[in-house]
Amino acid sequence: MLSGFRGLGVTLRGALRSKVTSEYPKEHLPLDNRFMGFPALTWDVPRDEPYCTGCMVCVRYCPTQCMSAKMQDNEKFSEGVSHRKKIIESFEINLGRCILCGICVDVCNFDAIEMSLEHERSERLRNANRVDLPTLLDMGRVYQVEVDWKQSKPNAASPNERAIAKAAAEEAKTAEESVAETSDPDDSVTTPEETGEDAA
Amino acid sequence: MTENVAPTNLGSTIIQVPSPEPGTVDMMVNMGPQHPATHGVFRMELRVDGEQIQDLVPHIGYLHRGSEKLCEHESYSQIITLFDRLDYVSNFNNELVIVSAVEKLMDVAPPPRAELIRIIMCEFNRIASHLLFYGTFAIDMGAITPLLYNFRDREKIQALFESVSGARMMHNYFRVGGVKEDVADEFESRSLALCDELEHGIDETDRLLTENEIFLERTSGIGVISGEDALDWGLSGPVLRASGVPYDVRVDEPYSRYDELDFGIPVGSAGDCWDRFYVRILEARESVSIIRQAIALMEPGDTMSKIRRIARPPAGEVYAHCENPRGDLGVYIVSEGGERPYRLKVRPPSFCNLQALRDLTVGHYIADAVVILGTLDIVLGEVDR
Ligand code: SF4
Ligand code: SF4
Repeated sequence: MLSGFRGLGVTLRGALRSKVTSEYPKEHLPLDNRFMGFPALTWDVPRDEPYCTGCMVCVRYCPTQCMSAKMQDNEKFSEGVSHRKKIIESFEINLGRCILCGICVDVCNFDAIEMSLEHERSERLRNANRVDLPTLLDMGRVYQVEVDWKQSKPNAASPNERAIAKAAAEEAKTAEESVAETSDPDDSVTTPEETGEDAA
Repeated sequence: MTENVAPTNLGSTIIQVPSPEPGTVDMMVNMGPQHPATHGVFRMELRVDGEQIQDLVPHIGYLHRGSEKLCEHESYSQIITLFDRLDYVSNFNNELVIVSAVEKLMDVAPPPRAELIRIIMCEFNRIASHLLFYGTFAIDMGAITPLLYNFRDREKIQALFESVSGARMMHNYFRVGGVKEDVADEFESRSLALCDELEHGIDETDRLLTENEIFLERTSGIGVISGEDALDWGLSGPVLRASGVPYDVRVDEPYSRYDELDFGIPVGSAGDCWDRFYVRILEARESVSIIRQAIALMEPGDTMSKIRRIARPPAGEVYAHCENPRGDLGVYIVSEGGERPYRLKVRPPSFCNLQALRDLTVGHYIADAVVILGTLDIVLGEVDR
């Protein structure tokens, strides 16, 4: 009798306890800002162009080889609007193959690629997850707004800006970002010959 | 015995009734690869006499991805992602072994803060892995409640992982020479709060299972292995310690900053399934205490040493090993210089622990095979690589 009541007590307590689960499609758990969703390309708002120069460093270091990029001359450079001599022409990531490792973000010297919070991209067709440049930039724009994104690495394309940023970094020694990381000569300069060699 | 038979005068031949011999034959039972109790794709061929197991042949390889070979084509930073996928319930521990091997080869030391972050992450991962073990182990015996409780707690750990590394499982957070980025500001308070919750969760599992009579009947005295045999089989981790051998890489060959931390090694006495279960309960509690100590030691500082971002270790050979939740995980690298290893060999604890399965199971019942396999706590991603 007594144990029966005790059992009922346990049930009652269980019923009153707060829920630990959430019903997924209706409810979404909050995502951390660090959450690594699919990679997306960021947009340089002042210059109105992508940050990506198509240097192919990320393409070389992607462990699943799911990306491809092509570079072109930047018209805005000749017009004097931008400091980027080269700019991305086409970019494709096969998100079906991407393992969300974040290596591309790590190796990019221009902050041009970021892991967005986007994580729900199920598609009906096998190749529908091969996303192109406009889609990636759209994802990036959404992400930039969502997390109030700011460029964290000095821009290697412009020696001047780089020097300024380096000086700023020197001042703020406490910053988490390691200075050595950003001034790696080997990775910031990639000639087409080099990339060709690696791909072969 | 015709001479004892009384002679008859009927003149017919005598037909002797044969003495009764059981006409049964051993039966082959196939378990797996799609069996819920095999924790992955693992197949066992059992030869049973009735319910009793006479012989057992394990078949592995269903999850073989050729990780070791793949490593030869990947740069060291890419290999970390492959190690995430070996033992996919203790990713941080796996990352630690590969980065410490490359660090050893390059002779660099990560900053002290990075070392502590690594330790904290690894110990949280150990608890998460053990929580998964309690749950699935209980399910193997027909108890479903512990799994739900354990997954509730494991979920909290994974939420913490997400706030640190950005991913819940495949983190790719450790780097050669440090960690990807520093932890967020509220990390310490959050971890300490989580420690309390986990302690409570572990106690709950302990109360639910440990002294339950059915649980005891199913586990104590089942699948006994002596310390000597366990060493001969090359077992490691909780499976070895349950047999009374106090071997733990964290203590015997301290790596990272484990020598600064004070923690005990739980050791069993009987080497049966119950010991293997309880050693893990105690170990999770020790991990909680390690995390608390490590957080107390944390000081602000760099989290990445100033080395080239793309690791290029010199030519040479190196072996490094760390204590995984499953045992002694080792990696052997032969480098010819350059971005990629010439050869990489993994010593997977799950694979080595699985070797003892036949010895442990023969003579027990089919239902016990499931329990024994459960206490070995293998992860097929690591067994098959
Ligand atoms: S590394 Fe950065 S700049 Fe270069 S192609 Fe990739 S995203 Fe663009
Ligand atoms: S996240 Fe990893 S797998 Fe995905 S595109 Fe970037 S480097 Fe490739």
